[in-house]
Amino acid sequence: MTLSVTPRAAAQIRKAIARRGGGFGLRLAVKTSGCSGYAYALEFADAVAGDDLAFESEGVQLLVAAGSLPLVDGTRLDWVREGLNEGFRFDNPNAANTCGCGESFAV
Amino acid sequence: MALLQIAEPGRAAAPHQHRLAVGIDLGTTNSLVAAVRSGLPAVLPDDLGRMLLPSIVHYGKDGVIVGHDARLRARADPGNTVASAKRLIGRAPADVEGTQLPYALEAISASAVGIRTRAGLKSPVDVGAEVLRVLRERAEQSLGGALAGAVITVPAYFDDAQRQATRDAAAQAGLHVLRLLNEPTAAAVAYGLESAREGTFAVYDLGGGTFDVSVLRLARGVFEVVATAGDARLGGDDFDHRLAAWFALATGGDWLPDIGALHAAARAAKEILTDHEEATMACTRSGGVVESRRVTRALLGGLTRDLVDRTLAPVRRALRDARLKAAEVDGVVLVGGATRMPQVRAAVAALFGREPLTGVDPDLAVALGAAIQADQLAGNRSGEDGLLLLDVNPLSLGIETMGGLVEKIIPRNSTVPTARSQEFTTFKDGQTAMALHVVQGERELVAECRSLARFTLGGIPPMVAGAARIRVTFQVDADGLLSVSAVEQGTGTQAQVEVKPSYGIAPEEVSDMLRAALDQVGADAAKRGLREAEIDARRLLDATDAALREDGAQLLQPGEHADILRVMQEVADLLEACAQGEGATPEALRATRARLRGAIEALNRVTTPFAGRRMDARVRQALAGQKLARLAA
Repeated sequence: MTLSVTPRAAAQIRKAIARRGGGFGLRLAVKTSGCSGYAYALEFADAVAGDDLAFESEGVQLLVAAGSLPLVDGTRLDWVREGLNEGFRFDNPNAANTCGCGESFAV
Repeated sequence: MALLQIAEPGRAAAPHQHRLAVGIDLGTTNSLVAAVRSGLPAVLPDDLGRMLLPSIVHYGKDGVIVGHDARLRARADPGNTVASAKRLIGRAPADVEGTQLPYALEAISASAVGIRTRAGLKSPVDVGAEVLRVLRERAEQSLGGALAGAVITVPAYFDDAQRQATRDAAAQAGLHVLRLLNEPTAAAVAYGLESAREGTFAVYDLGGGTFDVSVLRLARGVFEVVATAGDARLGGDDFDHRLAAWFALATGGDWLPDIGALHAAARAAKEILTDHEEATMACTRSGGVVESRRVTRALLGGLTRDLVDRTLAPVRRALRDARLKAAEVDGVVLVGGATRMPQVRAAVAALFGREPLTGVDPDLAVALGAAIQADQLAGNRSGEDGLLLLDVNPLSLGIETMGGLVEKIIPRNSTVPTARSQEFTTFKDGQTAMALHVVQGERELVAECRSLARFTLGGIPPMVAGAARIRVTFQVDADGLLSVSAVEQGTGTQAQVEVKPSYGIAPEEVSDMLRAALDQVGADAAKRGLREAEIDARRLLDATDAALREDGAQLLQPGEHADILRVMQEVADLLEACAQGEGATPEALRATRARLRGAIEALNRVTTPFAGRRMDARVRQALAGQKLARLAA
């Protein structure tokens, strides 16, 4: 049962939380939508909710709803730059295939 | 691969959000709603699994009932149960005179009829809106969200009033209309015929109560309805009536009290005969006696042969209008439940010399095609399969310029939606308003085009002629609705107008207008050339006149003044002659133009020294009292 971030991603998360003016950590949410069934979302978290599981990686608090963990267990979050665009990428060992745009995945 | 950003809690955007859009077949007898789900179009059933919603609205004592339940009440309370409202939508009282309906019609205005019910006077738009509202709610429940929009199908022969009324009904039902789509085009889309890129197709649509045939031409991904024909009083129900009448004769006795059960039995037997050579038609009289008879496909065929033949005459007419032989059609599409009957298929196949396409359920084809189009218009498809079925504007759209000339802004056969703009200027000094006249047609002169709308842009600051910049923008949306706006660039003052360019133009008129334009190309060009010269002449006369009044006394010798006046008179005389020279041959027009151009030249020559002196005088005036240092700076 792990969730982790790369050092680059951790630095970006810390920076984003500081810019925002505070926050407990980062929530990895999985929604049922998108063209391949599930979709990721990243949100700031201000507190741990009842059914949340918390992980610490590179000094950053990561939260995920217990129900969603099986879908993302082992995921490593990276920060990448692609051309003019930069952002977070999910490296999810559970995803059987991702859709062309990578925003959604199937298990 | 898209990269994610962090969002505030609960604000993360769904990935490439799927916009919910549906296709609606708003039929005379039944209506359907369909949507593309997981890439495939499917009709959305109601909670009992029924796909068809009878287009019937019952205004009951305790509320409005739509669909199957309304149909059950039709017999007990025909006056408050409205069926077939599509026959009335957008029609004027004069159009529907003599229509046999079980409810009472009243004229709402010169252009609309209404139905007097216990809930008040209801227009066909109100009735259509009730049906659409039920379909919208069904779609929102099955798709799980609010609809971004809908494509609603209408018969190809619907005129603008009928189309507008359909849009009104949709708006009343809370639906955003992405597009009105012609029913035969929707059916062709359901068959994927648009992927052929080129071709001519016939759509044979035998519904419950109406028959339509359309010939479609597909070129570069654009469907054009080239001909339509039909019979508004012929449909599958007539086949049921024939079988019912035969059964009543065969069994004897009075069937009048049980006429509903008899028709239902006839319909059931007819449907069995679609897949079987014979069937047993059974019907229970109100006394409880069950009558039954063996019916065969041959019997039904014999009873209804003339009905099938009646559908073939409009087909031939449509082909003739499209100037096509039956064999030249690349494909025939069958639409409407009644086209399942083997005798209908055989007759169509015989006429065209080819088997019709039957892969898509004929009851659903129109709705499925509309759903595919809705999915595309909502932006859910991209890339090569995102081909939009574009319509073209059949005639050029333009604006009247000085001298009754037409400046074409959007040329004919432009695919819509489109927007073009052009700058215009003022013609007279100190002009503060501009009248804009929007016209449609291929001819060079306004008098020979169709007038669509007039509006005025006021509030132009007074300037010398030609200094104001007025940007006129023509925009045609996907439904062919034209909006024209004019903006004075300096002040931002604007005015605009919306028109439906195809309003009231029948396809034949369009082709007549085109033919006239082609015949008259040479003459029109000559007329235009002369008109342009006339405008130049008038502008020069005005300018010279103004200059003479202002500076003539100070800057001109009496002799020079007289010379200018003399040449001005010559130009004015030629203009007078032009005004009387209507109907001249192109050669005569060109000769007149040459003479006028000559006179303009002469006037230019004789006024050149005067213009030079005026310029000098202006410069002296501007410089007077200025310090040398400032001039040098």
